[in-house]
Amino acid sequence: MDKAMTRRSFLKTGSLVIAAATVANSTELFNASQVYGSAEMPFKPHAFLEIRADDTVVVWVGQTNLGQGTHTGLAMVIADELDASWGNVQVKMALAADPFKDPVWHAQLTGGSTSFRHRWDLLRSVGAAARQMLLEAAAQQWGLNAGECKASEGKIIHPDGRSLRYGQLVETAGKRAVPVNPQLKNPAAHTIIGTQKARLDIPDKVQGKTVYGFDFTLPGMCVAVVARPPRYGAVPEAYNADAAMAVKGVIKVIPLEERIAVCAENTYAAMRGRNALDLKWSEGSHPNLSDEMIAAVFTDSLKKKGADAGKKGGVDQALATASQTLQQEYSLPYLSHGQVEPINCTAHVEKDRCRIWIPTQMQTATQMTASSLTGLPIENVEVMTLPAGGGFGLRGEQDPVVDSVLLSQALDRPVKVIWTREDDFIHGYFRPANRSRVQAGLDEHGQIICWDHTIAAPSVMSRVMPHAVVDGIDPDAVSGVSDMVYTFANHAVHYVMVNLPVTVGWWRSVGFSSNIFAVESFMDELAHAAGKDPVLFRLAHMEKGSRSYDVLALLAEKGGWNTPVPAGRARGVAVSACFESFAAHMAEVSVGENGNVKVHRVVCALDCGTAIYPDAIKAQAEAGVVMGLSAAFHEQVSFAKGGVKTANYDDYPVLTMSDVPEVEVFIAKNDFKAGGVGEPVLPSVAPAVANAIFKASGIRLRELPFRKDLLKQG
Amino acid sequence: MFALTVNGTRQQVDVAPDTPLLWVLRDNLGITSVKYSCGIAECGMCTVLIDGTARRSCVVPIEEVDGSAITTIEGLPDDHPVKIAWIEKQVPQCGYCQPGIMLQTVDFLSRVPHPSETEINNAMDDVICRCGSHPRIRKAIRMAAKITASQGG
Repeated sequence: MDKAMTRRSFLKTGSLVIAAATVANSTELFNASQVYGSAEMPFKPHAFLEIRADDTVVVWVGQTNLGQGTHTGLAMVIADELDASWGNVQVKMALAADPFKDPVWHAQLTGGSTSFRHRWDLLRSVGAAARQMLLEAAAQQWGLNAGECKASEGKIIHPDGRSLRYGQLVETAGKRAVPVNPQLKNPAAHTIIGTQKARLDIPDKVQGKTVYGFDFTLPGMCVAVVARPPRYGAVPEAYNADAAMAVKGVIKVIPLEERIAVCAENTYAAMRGRNALDLKWSEGSHPNLSDEMIAAVFTDSLKKKGADAGKKGGVDQALATASQTLQQEYSLPYLSHGQVEPINCTAHVEKDRCRIWIPTQMQTATQMTASSLTGLPIENVEVMTLPAGGGFGLRGEQDPVVDSVLLSQALDRPVKVIWTREDDFIHGYFRPANRSRVQAGLDEHGQIICWDHTIAAPSVMSRVMPHAVVDGIDPDAVSGVSDMVYTFANHAVHYVMVNLPVTVGWWRSVGFSSNIFAVESFMDELAHAAGKDPVLFRLAHMEKGSRSYDVLALLAEKGGWNTPVPAGRARGVAVSACFESFAAHMAEVSVGENGNVKVHRVVCALDCGTAIYPDAIKAQAEAGVVMGLSAAFHEQVSFAKGGVKTANYDDYPVLTMSDVPEVEVFIAKNDFKAGGVGEPVLPSVAPAVANAIFKASGIRLRELPFRKDLLKQG
Repeated sequence: MFALTVNGTRQQVDVAPDTPLLWVLRDNLGITSVKYSCGIAECGMCTVLIDGTARRSCVVPIEEVDGSAITTIEGLPDDHPVKIAWIEKQVPQCGYCQPGIMLQTVDFLSRVPHPSETEINNAMDDVICRCGSHPRIRKAIRMAAKITASQGG
């Protein structure tokens, strides 16, 4: 196949008729240079969709498979509008390319729960356009108007009952113009959206066939393990390259600025080679950095006034007239992603191109990174996204791309860079720690008349999107507080940016993961102070009939908030709205005399608009409960001697089976635009549990992870 | 030189005696369904069956298992009750941890064919699934136990 031809058609992104350079399924990944062009595809009305003469419907996706079910869900949307026969649908991962960029954010990435909410009309239009072209092709063949025929289950049906399979129509349909505004289905006509489907990637995962980034290999590839500074700002002072070279299988030791790479014929040799380096590091830029030092910085930061991140009415005047005022502080730690597949990237830099295989969440950034390092134009950087063993936001980072590209250049062969588990913890980009102080006033009826909230937290956006930080305000750091589900007449938000060397990054549900704990815990404290039922108190501060209101009402109804609580247990609730979806949780807990908390049951109510793929949504909601409880009870990154102290899972326990409660999920039924799922199901878990613990024990926990010592009786 | 029978096939490898079985399987034999994640036997992702017993291959030196029969997920038949249950209950999310957890389940159910909820929780309390597939793992274990019982296993 003519490479230049493919490249040119690849670049014709202005038209709907484009041919994305593509690589076939995982079993063919090893022959990754193979590229297919439009000439071999009679019917490819869009980069997302191709129909073959054998009736196979291939949906090409640009979203990363992190196990969230998106690959199946995206195909469900297109197949529904296409009236495809679901059994003929295949999903394939596409090379990074313009058509796969997020239409709102203009970069190819998987994050912010955007896969559907930013493509809702686009995905449906792709399927609908193809359906219309097939209808027109069949109608022309029969001498009918397209309106006289109908599409169903992969066939166009003649009024007399005859039919033509889509595969029989690809040649003629492919010659038709792609309609710009195809007619979309009425939601009532959906036959695939909203139904139960088996996830297409699960059989391979169960059979052990899925090739993750860490497993990827190429002929002639070597594996590199890179020694990175164990303390912030440290540089190598001495190391023994000869000792590393003496390890069987080690090929070369290559210094990369403040890092030392050991390249070997296989992974184990590279790991052993790095250990043999016997590296001596300098003290680093912040030798006094420790948990205590960080705590002191946060305490000082919270004393500052901060930048105005939202102001409505007059909080001070309202406080002066309040019947009752309340003030509390909440604290959350730095968190690691703890995704089970360590960070990795494979790169092969050649004269005219650079190919990269990586389980990345940010393909465009990977292309740009490799382009700037190699000097190759972006379109000569091919990024193949491999299935990821978890991500949760971390996989947007580009460190392994830099190292694998530099090392491939140095060695003139493909190089896979892998991180060990210790690398993953020590060199993470953590969910920012967060300390906040909230003050509110209640009127004589127990209604909140003012809310004053100061947040001290490091800023992720200052590093990754500095232009979004205006007047000292990181909008992510104040999310969930500046845009609450509640309405108060007087509301003020202040943000104090905490500057520490600790690297911070996106973590599932980002700023909401911290701020909702403070907001929803404090709402509970206020309900208690007002002598009100926690659900009714919340509802009384929401607009009746709003989606937040309705999702909390759904939770109360389905979860049985007003039913008797089993003996020895207590319930708590919390609600939040983010990523265009609305979620509420109810936790049922008991607290033992030894301070042990048992979470018996967690109920989740979720309004994510059109529930495209209910079982995957349910799986995400279950997962949100597990991850939310894990953060609530266990997780905390520790620091000492100028760097990260947490080194492996034994330092960073996550929730395991015995502590996983029964999880019930209720999904609101509506036809709204599809909202996010993966992230909205997380933030209200921890506060629901804290509120239930308070109800059970009378003890209010304002710090995560929960401190068992505070719960011990007597 | 060490000898292993991996999924029924006899293999010989020339590696240092202290090389962990995990890396022999991955680096030397190319069996990448056996996952690396922690390297210290904390997570369970590298679990394989060694002569029928689930063990964490990241801390098992090759010299200790010379001559043993190793089963990885590929060594279970496609219609093994655990595989059927894992698909039926739609367990995996990212799926990286699942081969190890499934192999631990095979060992567990061979010893405790009719497990209680508490026995399942205890048997699976030392594995990590960061995605949070736990509620479905529980259901799949119960289903696999039922299938096995119905097969007279």
